[in-house]
Amino acid sequence: MGIFIGVLEQGLIYGVMALGIYITYKILDFPDLTVDGSFPMGAAVTAVLLTKGVNPYLALLVSFLAGAAAGICTGLIHVKLKVRDLLSGIIMMTALYSINLRITGKVNVPLFTNETVLENKVVDEAFARMPQIQILIVALIIALIVKILLDTYLKTKSGYLLRAVGDNETIVTSLAKDKGMVKIIGLAIANALVALGGSVMCQQQRFFDVSMGTGTMVIGLASVIIGTNIFKNSRIIKPTTAVLIGSIIYKGCVAFAISRGLKANDMKLITSVLFLVIIVITMDRKRKVKGNA
Amino acid sequence: MLELKNISKYYNLGTVNEMCLFNNFNLSVNEGEFVSVVGSNGSGKTSMLNIICGSIDIDGGNILIKDKNITKMKEFERNKVIGRVYQNPAMGTCPNMTILENMSIADNKGKVFGLGRGTNKERINYYKEQLKLLNLGLEDKLNIKVGSLSGGQRQAMALLMATMTPINFLILDEHTAALDPKTADLIMELTDKVVKEKKLTTIMVTHNLRYAIEYGNRLIMMHQGNAILDKSADEKTKTKIEDILKMFNQISIECGN
Repeated sequence: MGIFIGVLEQGLIYGVMALGIYITYKILDFPDLTVDGSFPMGAAVTAVLLTKGVNPYLALLVSFLAGAAAGICTGLIHVKLKVRDLLSGIIMMTALYSINLRITGKVNVPLFTNETVLENKVVDEAFARMPQIQILIVALIIALIVKILLDTYLKTKSGYLLRAVGDNETIVTSLAKDKGMVKIIGLAIANALVALGGSVMCQQQRFFDVSMGTGTMVIGLASVIIGTNIFKNSRIIKPTTAVLIGSIIYKGCVAFAISRGLKANDMKLITSVLFLVIIVITMDRKRKVKGNA
Repeated sequence: MLELKNISKYYNLGTVNEMCLFNNFNLSVNEGEFVSVVGSNGSGKTSMLNIICGSIDIDGGNILIKDKNITKMKEFERNKVIGRVYQNPAMGTCPNMTILENMSIADNKGKVFGLGRGTNKERINYYKEQLKLLNLGLEDKLNIKVGSLSGGQRQAMALLMATMTPINFLILDEHTAALDPKTADLIMELTDKVVKEKKLTTIMVTHNLRYAIEYGNRLIMMHQGNAILDKSADEKTKTKIEDILKMFNQISIECGN
């Protein structure tokens, strides 16, 4: 039971990050590696703010904005300086490593405060009778709020334009809009969500580590691919919901691998092997469809 | 209305492959004209459209729309007053968005894409009416993704979307070339109807000499970056396909084709 709840908690927190990757990978069609830097950036900002006694909800907002700034930088490098998408992300990812160290001043920061968004006086009282699912429920609420806001945004005019730019850049130009600008906005929102995920993660594990971002992209992509493939033909389940479920399934697979005797040190290996398996499985399905056609 | 003045365009400038496409090219199109442009491959037809729209830069000269110099304007800025339909039906629509969503973004062209509702529900009936004019049954498929439509249906939608908001100019870049003959005829008739209804100034590039003769009120033949033939309305009505074809062959022989 404990493992099960742990998987759900982790899945939902990483799900917030995966929603950001859903924007870049599925909507913008932009392989954005910035996330490996913006995820720990959200955590770094949060660690520093919480240590200084800042309200944890405010820390969420500041992390969100910091992530957006990172996304804007990647966007500017790609759009204005005309650097290839993959390289723009790599440049920012590398730069963010040092920036994160600058923010915290240390390689890792433990949090000793009792005030986080997941555990504070108000929430503790509300869950006094069932403390074991407290973090899970709060994480669920955060993930759902983000999901609903994202769904709503994607139905606005600006959201339509974002979807259009990933679908067919030419049409955005035809609509007399600067496609570069739309891409920058998309990257800003995506990285803001990733940093928000990092912030929640940091508050949950009460710890910041500068290397916690390694593999963020892979975890997020795996979640997106699992979720969107499972619910590919579903008309009821929205892609954003699918991504959250994908993230939980992914964390479930990792937990299963560890329960079979693999150690925590093998984590990144599990991550990448699992990712590889997922990619290969989804490719296989595509081929079969073609074969039948 | 539209003026191209002393346009120069070189490709691969400064290399051994340097090629001069336009050297002091001039063209002026009057308000309400429907110009058909024909010419062999590489004669500069599509380059001319790209120059007007700002998709490619020029090395010299000026472009004016309604006496306003737009040479330095970016492509997306020019598109406020220009509608364009491409040869590839996939270029004019968003495949992963529904018909309704596509119509909505086209309807919002030139306005701010803010945080308001993407689809204005009050406009849905108008979209349906517009789609009904196409006679393709698209009005009943509003929530279907455009990617699942056929090339002809998509091109019809692209035409509708390009002309939905008030524009000065319609640019048609071989927009029937990728369609089967019957669908091409349908799209061409539709184009003519839209152009006449909305009184649009139009430039149409085509390889179909029949369309070039039948539609529009001015005919231009391009060759090596020059307009070697320019027939206005009266002359054009007397022109037959055979005449154009003969001229075409002459050019081709010169080129050694």
